[in-house]
Amino acid sequence: MNNNLKKINIYAIYLGAIILILPLIAFFINAFSFRWFYPQVIPKELSLQAWVRLKLIPKSGQRTFEGFIELWASNPAVIKALLNSLSIGFLVTIVSIIIALPAARVLGLLNFRFKKLIIFIMVSPTILPPIAFVLGLNINFISWGFSGNYFGVCLVHLVPIMPYVVLTMTGIFANYNPDFEHQARTLGANKTRTFLLITLPAIAPGMVVAALFAFLVSWSQYLLTFLIGAGKVMTLPLLVFSTASSGNPALTAAISIIFIFPAILILFFTSKFVSGESGATSGFGKI
Amino acid sequence: MSKLTIKNLIKSFPSMDRPAVNNVNLDIESGELVAFLGPSGCGKTTILKMITGLFQPDSGDIILDEQSLLKIPTEKRGVVMVFQNYLLFPYMNVNENVGFALKMKGVDKNIIDQKVKEMLELVKLPDIGLRKPKQLSGGQQQRVALARALISNPRILLLDEPLSNLDAHLRDEMRDLIVTIQQKLKVTTIFVTHDQEEAVLLADKIALIFDGELQNFTSPKNYYEKPKNIKAAKFFGGVNFINAKKDNHNLSTNIGTVHYKGENYTDLNEDNIITIRPENIKLSKNNDFNDNSFKGLIKSVIFSGTHTRYKIIVNDLELECSLQSVGLQDIKTDDTIYVHLPSNKIWAMNE
Repeated sequence: MNNNLKKINIYAIYLGAIILILPLIAFFINAFSFRWFYPQVIPKELSLQAWVRLKLIPKSGQRTFEGFIELWASNPAVIKALLNSLSIGFLVTIVSIIIALPAARVLGLLNFRFKKLIIFIMVSPTILPPIAFVLGLNINFISWGFSGNYFGVCLVHLVPIMPYVVLTMTGIFANYNPDFEHQARTLGANKTRTFLLITLPAIAPGMVVAALFAFLVSWSQYLLTFLIGAGKVMTLPLLVFSTASSGNPALTAAISIIFIFPAILILFFTSKFVSGESGATSGFGKI
Repeated sequence: MSKLTIKNLIKSFPSMDRPAVNNVNLDIESGELVAFLGPSGCGKTTILKMITGLFQPDSGDIILDEQSLLKIPTEKRGVVMVFQNYLLFPYMNVNENVGFALKMKGVDKNIIDQKVKEMLELVKLPDIGLRKPKQLSGGQQQRVALARALISNPRILLLDEPLSNLDAHLRDEMRDLIVTIQQKLKVTTIFVTHDQEEAVLLADKIALIFDGELQNFTSPKNYYEKPKNIKAAKFFGGVNFINAKKDNHNLSTNIGTVHYKGENYTDLNEDNIITIRPENIKLSKNNDFNDNSFKGLIKSVIFSGTHTRYKIIVNDLELECSLQSVGLQDIKTDDTIYVHLPSNKIWAMNE
């Protein structure tokens, strides 16, 4: 019985993997094909034309090292959007972690009145549809001069990110024993060294997970960037949507690959922190 | 030299309706091994944390060698605490844990290695330097924590319930180790415990604390023979308490007049209580005692190995007596008996 259950579980995992991976395969083929239409199982002709149109690969004949450099140096829209998305993502991640660290510590370690209410208010951006608050926010942002610029976009990205980061990090601190810090202090470590040598190693795995959430939420943000950026701050999701509505599947597939690539890369490098065995959500508790 | 003085120390927490530490005064001499004894939640660990600087007192002062500690940050006080659950840093191996305090002082790496080796030999764990804390047993972790605390020659060593997480046989071993090391290094040591037996076996002096208030601060022997009040006497297993009134160098009680020789007679109030250890009471079937002898009735006889315990009713008052089982007279329940309270063994205290 137990063995059968195990088998079923393994099949379920395979099934899940296939469901997730099959569309990705189709989508990869699409990005490198030329006019792949309905009755054909595989495309008649493979081509790099989508990539050429995105100005990521030079036209045939110019595909030398210099050709690539020259093309990329001309600052194509995709690379511009990619750099925007990356820099906004990193910046917002760092800022959110710095803000969340003290908040999570208090929420995780202390009990106080209205704690549940505060948590509820903090989580509310994940319940509310973004359109509900971003329209109101936009009016304020315009009057403060944050609309249509990079800074405003970063600021508005923090709204959906903070709940994830604070909640993830609260989980770390719920199992964290602050006596380790006290112990280090009595052994002669000052506050800075205590944080660097004792606190940081304990919360680092959880912080990685929180950072991952933060980056991915920022990375996939469409509506908020669109409304607050007012079309002046171009990020990858904006480019993906506009390309998709133009109706060229190969082009959309190519740009989507660029869109999902960093996410896959990050997941790959941080998967060990996300797995159940890591100390990500345990702090010192499981050690 | 490191003489510690605690003056009028008060600390309250918002969650408690009484102060956690209420006006505590203590003088701890250099090199003494002192126990803070009391039931859990009595404030003893709070005092330790104030000595380390992890808590700030509401008022009062903590003075080490004529210098107030209150303004000095924790890491510069030279006061090291060993926590109840050892708290070895999980990401460091034993060598790194033990050497931590010296590394913080910026001591040369070679000297640290040398000192770490010495300390691990002192706690009798010479070969475990490269292991991680989770590979150690509870007793080993405790000893590593002790080595880590002692490596920087602290002025004061604080131990929070050092034996409570250990098995019975490890406890004896650890207790001996603490005493040996403390005598060797002569470091002023305070340890917290709720176990009066542990305090008696280890400490030079015991500070008994109830509900944040210091009851008494004296040698273990005095707690048995000359307790300061009835609470202290009860905590150390006192059972015989008789209400007494001062009466011209004697004490009059409802079992009769008791002849008293205690040196504290002049300090006693009019109404007081006398107590005597069960093992100091003598029994006889014939009245062959000169003074402080009272006629009573044996209520029960309980044989408990080396000793036999008797409960005796004297004038409606129940007294408990414990005699060595060897060479006992034949005393049975309902026998009439004479109870002798030796005048140099009874102790009177204010109510």
